[in-house]
Amino acid sequence: MGSKTLVIAEHDNNNIAADTLKTLHAASQIGGDVAVLVVGNNVTAIAESLSKVKGVTQVFRVDTKQFKHPTAEDVAPIIVELSEAFTHFLAPATTFGKNLMPRVAALLDVGQLSDVIEIESPDTVIRPIYAGNALARVKSNDSKLVMTIRGSAFDSASTNSQENASVEALESQASQQPLASFIDSQQTLSERPDLSSAKVVISGGRGLGSKENFALVERLADKLGGAIGASRAAVDAGFVSNDLQVGQTGKIVAPELYIAIGISGAIQHMAGMKDSKVIVAINSDPDAAIFEVADYGLVGDLFEIMPELIDKVP
Amino acid sequence: MKVLVAIKRVIDPYAKIRVKSDGTGVETSNMKMSMNPFCEIAVEEAIRLKEAGVAEEVIVVSVGDTSVQETLRGALALGADRAIHIEAIEELEPLSVAKVLKQILEREEPKLVLLGKQSIDTDNNQVAQMLSAITDRPQGAFASKLVASDTHVTVTREVDGGLETNRLEMPAIISTDLRLNEPRYASLPNIMKAKKKPMDLIKLEDLDVDVISHQTILEVTPPVARSAGVMVTTVDELVDKLKNNANVL
Repeated sequence: MGSKTLVIAEHDNNNIAADTLKTLHAASQIGGDVAVLVVGNNVTAIAESLSKVKGVTQVFRVDTKQFKHPTAEDVAPIIVELSEAFTHFLAPATTFGKNLMPRVAALLDVGQLSDVIEIESPDTVIRPIYAGNALARVKSNDSKLVMTIRGSAFDSASTNSQENASVEALESQASQQPLASFIDSQQTLSERPDLSSAKVVISGGRGLGSKENFALVERLADKLGGAIGASRAAVDAGFVSNDLQVGQTGKIVAPELYIAIGISGAIQHMAGMKDSKVIVAINSDPDAAIFEVADYGLVGDLFEIMPELIDKVP
Repeated sequence: MKVLVAIKRVIDPYAKIRVKSDGTGVETSNMKMSMNPFCEIAVEEAIRLKEAGVAEEVIVVSVGDTSVQETLRGALALGADRAIHIEAIEELEPLSVAKVLKQILEREEPKLVLLGKQSIDTDNNQVAQMLSAITDRPQGAFASKLVASDTHVTVTREVDGGLETNRLEMPAIISTDLRLNEPRYASLPNIMKAKKKPMDLIKLEDLDVDVISHQTILEVTPPVARSAGVMVTTVDELVDKLKNNANVL
């Protein structure tokens, strides 16, 4: 039997999340048809653009006012209703996908493959365990496979296919489930590029000492057009907001250039950045573990190095 | 209300793990073990709910071999009232753990169930969501704040890009993020007292759970090691290397 994959699109009703395109690329590696499900409010334009993504053969759109901020409890039953026709169910390994997909897997009574970094065959994948310190090659024994895809491990699918997929509006599954409801959200506003998809990431740690000093990281990021990240210590100390934490339990990034400033390099932090192409570490402690993964290391006083670096980078 | 916390015993988060040379897994013998850090946060939150008069009883449960009793005792020393050890020799997959916990939920009928958002060994981030699905309860995954009442719980969740607040009708299931609280340490008198607290032992085979292997781990390998880097001594040298050697500036 051939594979048929359903990708659950992450979006904010206006834009498709970058990780959705990465997941669509992963889906194309499974082989067979790829359909996309968009659940939201006023998502006609999003459904249209998804129909132009390379490899997508069908788009399902569930569009209703109640689904402006759908919960996992809202979306999981829709996927289950569509499940008969599909063998694979993929979503990005973002907080959206991590929240939703295990609920789907359990309703289908199958296991889930979390944070997949490589698709070897339709039933075998590679995923990191122990904070990325080991890689497991895992074969699913289920007839239906539910996966979340680590965006940093895949390219984006191209968005200008010649063949447009058909868009089908499904009967609105109005939110009748009474168990969970959205109240509000507080987004961290930033002009900088998105941390997960930025080509350059500048991260700061405890070594910066204060929230005010973290401005050095921001200035370097702005000069390089990069995103800012942080270690857990910097987040716990209140230097920056939680959603900028890079690591096992925060964001996983793999930019072209990662500059770690005042970060010692705990196992949990390295889990989130050690697949970066070029890693630079700047730290006052010559024995910091971060130097073990850095391509270029510079030992010294951050407060002397940083202004000079900000001045000298092009 | 009754609060149930599911906890897992894992290799200590600060230990450096070793992949077995035969590719069958990670070396666990002679490794320091501890309570999964996210589970510690779940236990702490339950105890705080009790201290605030919201929870009447805090039950901790863990699935595993006899060694998990030590982890359960640790949770009792922190302030949990009683423990349930579900004895299973083999490590269970997340869906099986969820099915086991479902049976405990049916016996104990807790209003609130707290779990860590992920265990730091398998990094699955699945059990809480799966348990919510099969018990048809609402889920509050990655919680950084929760306000519980008898009828509902308001949960602030750590999501990409910021925070999201949801209302869940009771009974509900919550998975904890790092930001929810700062776990306490157990004092020596409390460790002594914990030895007298009740711990029920239930054998896996006595529960009505069909343990299915949904996945087979074919091989576990170490990740590709990065090639050794160079140390530079000046900012000029660093900028030069990034421009001319790495071509990233």
